[in-house]
Order: sequence, then structure tokens, then C-alpha cells
Amino acid sequence: MIDLVRRNGDRIDLAKLGQALGCEVVEMSALKGEGGPEAARRAVSAAKAGKKAGELPHVFTGSVEHALAHIEESIQEKVDGRYLRWYAIKLFERDGKVLEELALDADLVSHLEAHIASCEQELDDDAESIVTNQRYGCVSRVVERAVTKKAATHSLFVSDRIDQVVTNRFWALPIFAGVMLFIYALAMGGWPISVGTRGADWANDVLFGQWVPQLFHTVLTTLHVVEGSVLYGLIQDGTVAGVGAVLGFVPQMLVLFLLLAVLEDVGYMAWVAFIMDRIFRRFGLSGKSFIPMLVATGCSVPGIMASRTIEQDRDRKMTIMTTGFIPCGAKLPIIGLFAGAVFGGSAWVAVSAFFTGVAAVVVSGVMLKKFRAFAGEPAPFVMELPAYHAPSVSNVLRATWERGWSFIKRAGTIILLSSIVLWFLQGYGFVDGAFQAVEDNNASLLAVIGRSAAWIFAPIGWTGDMGWKATVATFTGLIAKEEVVNFFGVAYRYAGEELGGNGEAIWTLVRADFGAVTAYSFMIFNLLCAPCFAAMGAIRREMNNAKWTAAAI
Amino acid sequence: MKTLRDIKVGETAIVAKLHGEGPVRRRIMDMGITRGVEIFVRKVAPLGDPMELNVRGYELFIRKSDAESIEVA
Repeated sequence: MIDLVRRNGDRIDLAKLGQALGCEVVEMSALKGEGGPEAARRAVSAAKAGKKAGELPHVFTGSVEHALAHIEESIQEKVDGRYLRWYAIKLFERDGKVLEELALDADLVSHLEAHIASCEQELDDDAESIVTNQRYGCVSRVVERAVTKKAATHSLFVSDRIDQVVTNRFWALPIFAGVMLFIYALAMGGWPISVGTRGADWANDVLFGQWVPQLFHTVLTTLHVVEGSVLYGLIQDGTVAGVGAVLGFVPQMLVLFLLLAVLEDVGYMAWVAFIMDRIFRRFGLSGKSFIPMLVATGCSVPGIMASRTIEQDRDRKMTIMTTGFIPCGAKLPIIGLFAGAVFGGSAWVAVSAFFTGVAAVVVSGVMLKKFRAFAGEPAPFVMELPAYHAPSVSNVLRATWERGWSFIKRAGTIILLSSIVLWFLQGYGFVDGAFQAVEDNNASLLAVIGRSAAWIFAPIGWTGDMGWKATVATFTGLIAKEEVVNFFGVAYRYAGEELGGNGEAIWTLVRADFGAVTAYSFMIFNLLCAPCFAAMGAIRREMNNAKWTAAAI
Repeated sequence: MKTLRDIKVGETAIVAKLHGEGPVRRRIMDMGITRGVEIFVRKVAPLGDPMELNVRGYELFIRKSDAESIEVA
């Protein structure tokens, strides 16, 4: 992070630092892409030249070195010569894992113990502290020799001033709420500045409502594919309709991703964890859990990966499990579809759905705490706060692009495939015993499959014609939450609507099938139930243990 | 015994000893809070906890309950 050093006006004398540490020193900045190749080059040439490390800095004082020497002597036979010193230091600190690994006999252990104890007495501190303290002492000495600092220790940088305002006792929470509302308004609201929604509407109505179907129509007729034929239906109704319904939401997602990426890059996220810590502590988590959850509002997958920063195993697992309840970006289309169709575009529906998700997180968190696996002291919370810095445009764009692209990729592959499968399943069925294309998709294959499973959901009110559709839709949600909307796109379009119909055409049909209550229950259920496969995959990778993954779901 | 928890915002203190044990203590030490180091209490979070410290030139935050285990001169 040499760029930060330069910005603060400090200077590091490479030669002196190298002398103190006994090796070559190279300046690097990951952010600016400086120094990496240079360091690698020098490392390679040093290795080739067979250079050995120079004299190591003197870290420990006399009495400690004395004890270490004794320890080294005793375990010389047992360990690889190169790591002798490391093992000696670990034993000096009484490291549990090393003790277990070496399995020294009791006599030897008590002999070493005697040396350690006398050292502790002499320095009036315990072994672990001695080691840490002396290391820091060494670091301070090296820094003193090689680094020239410009600012006085407690001076305020611009970053501190910003943060003074932002984490001010009274203003912090309102500011935070304001920031979040602003982000969501821009991405998803119904106002003129809501770039996201406007983009989505355009995509849904114009791009996928007219242009793309028209384009395909032209292409297909030129290729002499007859309207009404299987191939035509496959392409127009199966894929374009389905995939289009999902891709129409990309603008909103992109805006959301972009804004979140900016927040992250600026350094605000860590401060948010700082602010939110108290609240999270009530549920046995720490403020650090907040960031993964926040990221999960875009997409659960990066949210789950972000929980890597939580050291405590218990907390990490809990965070991963509850993050699934946060309305992820993909679930938004579901909310959007129903809010628009059945509830007349009411903003309250969306907001309430969101908060239900949050409430679910809280409730499940509290419940999980009761299990013995999770009970216990909250994790130690010591965290460094980064300085604010202006967002690097390239970083932000890159992060947004990464997330947006994976979203699109998923649409391109899985959704495309399932669109086709679904289209087939619900366009064909057994009518009067003969297998053929069906007019009314209630008689299709898919309906049969759906109906057989629909009884499970009867208690929440999913019955009748709408029942099987809802059931199947929910299952498609396992593949990807966007699938749900996709499914409806395919299902309803096929029900005889004019090609070129836009989102609203689907809306009428949806309204016909779903009453207010059933719509709401459908929405909520989908929000809360198992996450998409991609998320499950991420969970599995982080947990590293199938048992936990199953539990999470 | 005076602990870090008792230090007011804007004050500085020198660490005398670290009490407590296990991972919490280890973590605190690893972050640079060791005997003899100077700690400046910058502020306290809006909800009253955790507290923000300046240690060895960087900003840390630490919960009040953990701050209790740090004895200061």
C-alpha cells in the first residue's frame, strides 16, 4: 500500500529497511498495480543466485534467547532443521497445537516448563505476551530507523473529518438509513431519478417486448420457419419470453451493484459494521456480519463469500445460514412482478417484503443461538477501520461488471436451458390420451407434475388452477430465483397472448390467477425458502462440510 | 484497577497489563495493544459501543467488554 504511504507524506528508506531486515525490499501497491512483477523478478534472481538471507534482526532479548536455545537443543532430533527456531518459539509460547503435534514426553515438557517459567518471572509477564511484546519492540525499532513519518500522531486527516460526521452519535443511523434508501430509490424506486427501474421498464417493454421478438420474427420467417410451428414456439415463447423477462431486470441489478461497489471502495462498509455492532450483538453476531448481509441484497453468492472475513467459526456459520433470508437481487423480480401486477405497483409491498426478510434473519438468528452449537460468548470484536479514500473508478467498475456479468451468465445458461425445458413441459401434455401440443396449459405435462406436488402447499392457499403453477414456479426457484419470473413469463405467454405483448400483458393474467392474499403468500414463501443452486454452491464451498450445508438449507 | 473502559474520549493511556485469556487476548495483542503502548480514545460508536482507538498510528475498534481486560496506568 505504498500509495497510502506516499499520500500521507511518509517516506520509507528502502536501503535501511533492507539492512534491518536482512533482505531486499521492494515497494508495492496492489491498488495501483505497482511493484508486483518487480518483486517477483528480484525474488527469482535472488533464488537463482543462491543468496542466503542476511542476518536476521534481533527480536528477542537475552533471557528469552537463552530459553529458546534450551528448547531448540531438546527438540533437535524431532523436527526439521529449517523450522527448528519456529518450533522453539511456539513451544515457548506453550502453543497447544504444536505441543500436540510433537507429543513430547512428560519429563521433557516439565524440563522446558522450568525454563519458560523462570523467563516469565524475570520479565514479569507470560510467555505469549513476552513474544508479542518483543516482536512489536523490534518492529518499532526497525520502523524508527527506516521510516520518516510526516504527520503528528493524532492529527486529523480528511478521512477522519468525514468520519466524524458520519459516525457522529446522533447522525450516524439516520445518515446510514438515508444512504441505503437513496441506493434503493435509485435502483428500484418509481421516481424519475430511479435510473434502475427506468432501465428495467425500457428493457422489458421495448427491448424484449418489441425489438427482440420482432427481430427473431424476421429472422425466423426469413428462414422459412412457420409461425405456430414447434421451432417458432420454442424460440419465441420458450426462450425469448423467459430469458427476456429475467434480463429485463439487469438494469436494476447493475445500478444496485454499482452503488454498493462504490460504498465498499470508499471504505464506508467497515464503518457501518462499527455502527451496527451493538445491534448485532443482541443476536449473538457482530457488526462484521452486517457486510455480508448487505452485499447479499445484491446477490447472495458474494454475500456468502464475504462472510469469510469473520474469524469465529460459529459466527461465520450463523451469518451464512441467515443470509439466505435477505431478499437477494434475484428475488426482486418476484417482488416486482407481484407488486406490479396484483398490488398495482404499490411501494409498500416491496418494502414490507424486504422487512419480512430482515425479520426472518433476526428470528432465525435468535433461534439458532439456542442450539448448543452456537451458544456461547459473542466473538471478540477488534477490527481495524480503514481510512476513507476516493473510490477508484476502475475498481468500482470492475466489481460491478463482475457481479453483473455473473448474473447475466446465469441467465444465459441455466435459465435459457430451463426455459426450453419448461416451455416444452407446459406446452405439451396428454389430451384425451394422445400426446400433443395443448392450448390450455392447465392440461400440460407440467400441470400434471405440478398438481401432484401442489397439495403440499394447499395450506398456504395455493389451490385451483393457480396451484400447480405456483408450485412449479417455486421449484424452479431452486435453480435460480429469477427462474420464477421466467417461468411465469413462459407460462402466461403461451396462453394465447399476442406476441409482442409486454410485461403488462402478463400482469393481467397474473392478476386473474392470484388474489391479493395468495400473491402475498407466494411472494413471502419464495423469499424465505431455500436459496438458488448458485448460492447453495457457495455455501458448500465456505462451510467446507456437507453436513453444515444441509443444515443451512 | 483502572482499565481502558474507564478512559474518556479524547484521553490517552498507557497499557500496563493485559488480563483475560485465550483468543480474545491473543487477538488484542496481535492488533498491537501490548504493554507499554500508548492508546488514544478517539470516539465511541453512536449506540454507545464499541469504542474507537488510535494505536500505533492506526484506528482500531474494540468492544467495551473487551476493553475491560486491558489494564492501564
